[in-house]
Amino acid sequence: MKMPDPDQVIIARKAEIAAALREIVPGEGVIVEEQELKAYESDGLTAYRQVPLIVVLPSTTEEVSRVLAYCQENEVKVVPRGAGTSLSGGALPLADGILLGLGKFNRILEIDFENRCAVVQPGVTNLGITKAVEHAGFYYAPDPSSQIACTIGGNVAENAGGVHCLKYGLTTNNLLGLKMVMIDGTVVEVGGKHLESEGYDLLGLMTGSEGLLGVVTEVTVRILRKPETARALLLGFGSSEAAGDTVAAIIAGGIIPGGMEMMDKPAIHAAEAFVHAGYPLDVEALLIVELDGPEAEVDQLIERVSEIAKAEGATTLRASQSDEERLTFWAGRKAAFPAVGQISPDYYCMDGTIPRHQLAKVLTRMTELSSHYGLRVANVFHAGDGNLHPLILYDANTPGELEKAEDFGSDILKLCVEVGGVLTGEHGVGVEKRDLMGSMFTETDLDQQERVKCAFDPKALLNPGKVFPQLHSCAELGRVHINRGQLRFPDLPRF
Amino acid sequence: MTESLRPESDEQVREVVAWAVGEEAPLEILGRGSKRGLGRPLQTQRSLDLSGLSGITLYEPEELILRARAGTPLAEIEAALAENRQQLAFEPMDPGPLLGAEPGGGSLGGLLACNLAGPRRVKAGAARDHFLGFEAVSGRGEAFKSGGRVVKNVTGYDLCKLLAGSYGTLAVMTEATLKVLPAPEKTRSVLVLGLEERAGVQALSRALGSAHEVSAAAHLPAEIAARSAVAYIRDAGASVTLVRVEGTGLSVEHRCRALRAELADFGETEELHSHNSATAWTEIRDVGPLLGKGEAVVWRLSVAPTQGPEVAARLRAELAAQAYYDWGGGLVWLAVEGSEDLGTDDGGEAAVRRALGSGGHATLIRAPEDLRARVPVFQPQDPAKAALSERIKSGFDPRRVLNPGRMYAGV
Repeated sequence: MKMPDPDQVIIARKAEIAAALREIVPGEGVIVEEQELKAYESDGLTAYRQVPLIVVLPSTTEEVSRVLAYCQENEVKVVPRGAGTSLSGGALPLADGILLGLGKFNRILEIDFENRCAVVQPGVTNLGITKAVEHAGFYYAPDPSSQIACTIGGNVAENAGGVHCLKYGLTTNNLLGLKMVMIDGTVVEVGGKHLESEGYDLLGLMTGSEGLLGVVTEVTVRILRKPETARALLLGFGSSEAAGDTVAAIIAGGIIPGGMEMMDKPAIHAAEAFVHAGYPLDVEALLIVELDGPEAEVDQLIERVSEIAKAEGATTLRASQSDEERLTFWAGRKAAFPAVGQISPDYYCMDGTIPRHQLAKVLTRMTELSSHYGLRVANVFHAGDGNLHPLILYDANTPGELEKAEDFGSDILKLCVEVGGVLTGEHGVGVEKRDLMGSMFTETDLDQQERVKCAFDPKALLNPGKVFPQLHSCAELGRVHINRGQLRFPDLPRF
Repeated sequence: MTESLRPESDEQVREVVAWAVGEEAPLEILGRGSKRGLGRPLQTQRSLDLSGLSGITLYEPEELILRARAGTPLAEIEAALAENRQQLAFEPMDPGPLLGAEPGGGSLGGLLACNLAGPRRVKAGAARDHFLGFEAVSGRGEAFKSGGRVVKNVTGYDLCKLLAGSYGTLAVMTEATLKVLPAPEKTRSVLVLGLEERAGVQALSRALGSAHEVSAAAHLPAEIAARSAVAYIRDAGASVTLVRVEGTGLSVEHRCRALRAELADFGETEELHSHNSATAWTEIRDVGPLLGKGEAVVWRLSVAPTQGPEVAARLRAELAAQAYYDWGGGLVWLAVEGSEDLGTDDGGEAAVRRALGSGGHATLIRAPEDLRARVPVFQPQDPAKAALSERIKSGFDPRRVLNPGRMYAGV
């Protein structure tokens, strides 16, 4: 993965830049010592490492605004960072750029139960929001598996999902407002406690923009009342096709489960060995279907889903009889990543989304690729929405294996696109999938996206090297190509 | 006399726009024209009519997706979904009757460009939340795409969000993919009668904050309720506060009982069953039946739910106006009457913006063309956001050939 060449002039100005930043962020908020900078050298995608030039930890919107204005004026690159849990290298630092850490923005500013929203700073963790409102029976719906650690600011940047998004939506569907700082230091407020914002949907555009458009310093999220009850079914199948057919039949039957997760045999075995959740080991695929909502409805739907699963040939069928049992069903799934970590020195987590009916085809092809590369793969799958997480098992200490795992991963993602899916469902493009963007988008498509970037950050100082394979200059992208002359559509119907 | 260009292929759309760029000849972009009266009036000699790009191109009920060409009648899409007991969960309003057009005349492209929604907005979101991908022609005359056909996708910027609610000012969509959802088996509504507006919205807040999965929440003051086609509401002789539940039969009955108990201390409760419930929510969704077919200017205000009655009270102190509330109080539909007689020739614009203060936004939905030309139709933006909007517009449509000025002057 090639990052833009570091600007040696900026690197040579490190002391001067640090001094200027200390004028804005006093005390320990500016880090320059190599030893301390090392803590920030990578995010959740640990295969990539780079020590940043300087780390800045502001604690007010005003400080962020002044830092960014300084960076714009001095053409210093900026990489924003929340908790650093990105799995796509979204917060990978730059040798010639400052890392702007938002960890000090960790306060919940307001909880408004009557309007069903909370105003929080971006460094509050995802789970922290739920913790702050659960005493009144509320929660924040998106629940990425890193929710203990990941921050809401990072969730906004990546449009984080989780296991409940088929029913409750992604981050983008659960936001009401943002305060953000543009690279020139301008503070912009979008939305609020009301629905939708005036003019273009900047809230929607910012969500999932991977830190390339602005720095968020305040977030207003929707909070929901916790469902009255939740029950889960643990379903085992002799083939992944049968499990996939069951998922299709549930949805065709008009049922949208709160969560619907699938695991393949290697993932089931790894999870069972790790947490002893009581998973059947003689099945090829396991489904966990969770139904939540009013009690009367949940009991009725548990029956219906059981009937569907039986008709599709489920060999294991257990319905949770208590909340404890439901959580046991989930324990293995939730621990699937660390469980795979137990059976392999390293693993590489992929994140494509596919049309669900292509699952069997994709799994078969993945088995072929697995033998081609000589690397094992375990699959966990957000079955309801088609988001696939193949975990490629490798050993970084064996020369060449990381590269092989990456090639295997690229092949899987290209396969996802080929069957009508996309490169990333919830982890983001970051640096990881940047060079694969061309497999999904034409150059015209990407140019149009980059023009959005130009509207926010014309000098490309915010998180450069991420998302886009090559950055064109905004001047070049702004040019209009004109075919003046003949009306070239003589046959067009006119009225 | 305007000329209407009616392409029949994506390539023809691209050619028309490329030509318009070369000639700097602005185009009015139309799906089926049902919402032509929305927004600032345009000064264009030509319209680009997408009704020739019609038809559902992909519908996979078990994958919950539907793709169709931009000019496809919404009615055709809704019929196809109904056959499979599915729906557009955001319950798009049909503004036709309010704007003086026939009902059921809208297109898919128009629905997305205006980011329509209905009462279920509080639970299921708006068009933007169900918009998965598109093919379009930019104001540079270039065909491009964004998004995909899967629900979970973070590959690149979410340009679907940007196009939803852009009123055709950024690109001409030629095809779009939507997430669709199962239609509920049963629907019922619980009514509370006789609440004054603040108490009505408090009741809605309590219902929406309950575990009973309320899918819509509205309050109709007595004079508005009296216009309903549903006898229970029309003849109540009092204000009517409504909350809707949907789901399986057993669940709906159970939750209605629970809600009636939960709201009992507000006042007398009633229940509306399937047909009456559906009629009531269609009226609330489409506005026309409740705010009358008269000449009144109609505004749509989006505010924090508890602020709805406060804003309306401030407005009534200045204007002869009637209002009702959807989205738990957060959506205020306001009819300003007799504004000429009161000597206010701005359709209440200044008063509306004053009443809003800094929280929320207001859009002039129905007004004569000259009024829409004279006063800001959309909420004015602060200088930073206005400049950003102009730069975004320039990225898509540098020569201002697509619906120029529909939302804001210069955009």
